[in-house]
Amino acid sequence: MCGPLDRIGEKGPSPDDDLKGRLKDLLASVKLAVLATRMGEQPYTNLVAFASTVDLRYLLFATTRATRKFSNLSDQPLVSLLVDNRSNDVSDFREAVAVTATGRAGELGASMCQEMRNLYLEKHPYLEEFIASPSCVFVSVEVDVYYVVKRFQNVTELHLKP
Amino acid sequence: MRYVVTPQDVTDNQRPLVGGKAFALAMMWRKGIRVPDWLCITTTAYGEYLSATGLGARIGLELNRKRFEDMRWEEIWDASLRIRNMFLKTPVPGTLEQKMRAYLDEAFMGKSVAVRSSAPGEDSSHMSFAGLHESYINVQGTESIVEHIRLVWASLWSDRALLYRKELGLDIRRSTMAVVVQELVPGERSGIIFTVNPTNHGQSVVEAVHGLNQGLVDGTIEPDRWFLDRETGAIVSHAAAQREMWIVPSPSGISLEKLPPRRAKWPPLKAGDLKKVFGLGRLSEKVFEVPQDMEWCFRQHLLFALQSRPITTSSDTGGADQRPWYLSLHRSFENLKALRRKIEEEIIPGMERDGTTMSHVDLRGLTDSDLAAEIERREKLLEDWKDTYTRDCIPFAHGMRLFGQVYNDMVKPADPFEFMDLLRSDGLAGLDRNRILQQLASQIRRDGRLKKDLEQRVYRQEQSCFWQRVDNLIARFGAGGLTGIEDESDKQRWRIVTLLLEMASQEASGERGNIRSGGRSEDFLKLFNPEKQLFAADLLDLGRASYRLRDDDNIALGRVESEVSRGLDEGRARIKAKVPAGVEEFNGGEIVKALRRAGYVLAVKEPAQETTIKSGFKIKARQIVGQPAGPGIATGKARVILDDDKLFDFKAGEVLVCDAIDPNMTFVVPLAAAIVERRGGMLIHGAIIAREYGIPCVTGIPGATELISTGDQITVDGYLGIVVIG
Repeated sequence: MCGPLDRIGEKGPSPDDDLKGRLKDLLASVKLAVLATRMGEQPYTNLVAFASTVDLRYLLFATTRATRKFSNLSDQPLVSLLVDNRSNDVSDFREAVAVTATGRAGELGASMCQEMRNLYLEKHPYLEEFIASPSCVFVSVEVDVYYVVKRFQNVTELHLKP
Repeated sequence: MRYVVTPQDVTDNQRPLVGGKAFALAMMWRKGIRVPDWLCITTTAYGEYLSATGLGARIGLELNRKRFEDMRWEEIWDASLRIRNMFLKTPVPGTLEQKMRAYLDEAFMGKSVAVRSSAPGEDSSHMSFAGLHESYINVQGTESIVEHIRLVWASLWSDRALLYRKELGLDIRRSTMAVVVQELVPGERSGIIFTVNPTNHGQSVVEAVHGLNQGLVDGTIEPDRWFLDRETGAIVSHAAAQREMWIVPSPSGISLEKLPPRRAKWPPLKAGDLKKVFGLGRLSEKVFEVPQDMEWCFRQHLLFALQSRPITTSSDTGGADQRPWYLSLHRSFENLKALRRKIEEEIIPGMERDGTTMSHVDLRGLTDSDLAAEIERREKLLEDWKDTYTRDCIPFAHGMRLFGQVYNDMVKPADPFEFMDLLRSDGLAGLDRNRILQQLASQIRRDGRLKKDLEQRVYRQEQSCFWQRVDNLIARFGAGGLTGIEDESDKQRWRIVTLLLEMASQEASGERGNIRSGGRSEDFLKLFNPEKQLFAADLLDLGRASYRLRDDDNIALGRVESEVSRGLDEGRARIKAKVPAGVEEFNGGEIVKALRRAGYVLAVKEPAQETTIKSGFKIKARQIVGQPAGPGIATGKARVILDDDKLFDFKAGEVLVCDAIDPNMTFVVPLAAAIVERRGGMLIHGAIIAREYGIPCVTGIPGATELISTGDQITVDGYLGIVVIG
């Protein structure tokens, strides 16, 4: 999981370069995502400050060990994240883009990939103290599929695994 | 983007870009008043620094832990220290630094400069931030100037500046800062002029010292003072100072030195010089069209204006300007040394003496009327000691902060409170008491027979040695040491035994219960040049005294408080017959009236209406953010302590949740898995003790004792200052 990012990038399929490009732009410009986990049978959502790897394979976020979200994903690693650029205006119905990513979450351990950490801090430099804390957990979600919704009802899927 | 402007660049609408000080310098420069060469690092540069480094967002996170209005003054101190450390550890980004360097190299290569704050809104006639932001004198070399610019930026977030903004109702999120870099004119004589004496509008006031004027401004050096006729400049009166010291430039900045005798003989200004200063003040007043508070200096008989600002009078801020009090929280090194002597030699012995004297009074032997007088006397005494505590003991806590600031400047540590490891001492009275308790618990742990007897409440003559040690403990620390203990000595003994049995049930070793060793002072001192090591050692000594006395003065004041409570308890016991219930609620005034007048009817308070949530929703706190006051993470059952008496119910491994830990409560700390405290601060007693024992601690949790219930499973994250309930 912690291999160099450029090598990870080489492995990924590229069904639609234009879609991938737009997706990268969206993931780079939006700071917060909605994370969905399962608390028993009950879906449970949180806002998380996230970053993505350049190859789109991983979404990264940080939380503390005592939170419900971490407890949930430790029990049930299958999660999804929602990233969108809505402005809470009626124009959102035609202009907003929403992306749902599904995948498997896991803690990046003590030998946390420094490259991923740097990537995360590049986007969220103000969280340096937070992720440096021993009580903080750095989580990566290995994405299976992105579901991209545009113009209200247009849905495109981007599968990262064969 | 204007990151740097020179005097000729400043236009009439640029006050927000350059701040009040630079704008005034530009106005004086335009009118031909002699000012040292200067340039201004604009508020745009400051904004770019915050945004390019992410520092703006980090400051926001730090100050958003809770509502600024709800933050205690000590919490603001701590937030400010953390923010200052962020500035220390965040370099100016390359492009911005290159632009600044280009100007600085050209203007000040090989010269010494002063780096001063120039915040917009600062120095208006409605408010004055004079002294609230930092200035640095005798800075040399572009790299060092850039570093000091960061420190001046950081001072926008100093505790005193934050407190003053809070008081004025200014939006701290909109605060910004320009910086004046000004060639240092090493004044042989310096001072200030108030063109109008705030207490006599027919006069002007001039104050002057030999050397640089920093000593005058921060109150270290007493100035000569002249009152002049405001119209003619004629001398009305002259108050000569005891001229002993002066401030001069030194290789590492400025230093306070003994004034050479040939200078000490003469006032800094002769009549002709005084006339020049008066003329300069009047000219400045003409430029700005309002009375001025101006700093000036003489260098080789040339008079320079250093800065000028409108006079702010207390009436402009509604007569309740607290700035002097905020300024008093930051004492100079010399001032703190004098304060230490006062606290060690007068205040703490005085509190202890009064506590002892009161403890010898046989309250039960007093008549009702004498008891009423005694209660009044005690309450007055306590009030006086509390005033002294606020005036002298609290500001002395700045000794720790002064040391912390120097430590952080030298070491730039990741943890801005790392300096506290060096301040630890074995001399805390509370720790001394806890050590004795640990020794007694250890004795029980080793002696199975003794343990069994104590559990069964059996007293044996052959165990008299153990009981003697328990009695010694009670005698030494008394009710002030272990509050909540009732008068009967046997009851006192058994309650301590209950606590000791709980302590003995824990394993003897491990980090918990053992005081962590402090940092190495030699390593710290080695960071300084040999000529500065003596100063560093003195500062460390002062910091340690400040750390230790925070405990001792609380214990001494606690002793006076417990004697006041003893008087009130006796009063309540006597009037209990008159009031069937609720007597505990009456304050001293009511008790005194009831004791003096046989027929006095006590005003019974209406019980507070409980708020019922009619919606039927249940509201429950899940995660609360406070201040990270002791690193570590721990989970355990909460024990909420509202009454010191309940401390004896504390079980090992529980999380202590309370309003505020005072030194008299800390004997249960070694048993606690973690500590949660409503009162906020890193340098408050609970936090200090938690760090001593290496126990996770979060302070500043609003409503901690209401939101958390005894028995709740809670997780205390002392790294990030988070408490998770459930």
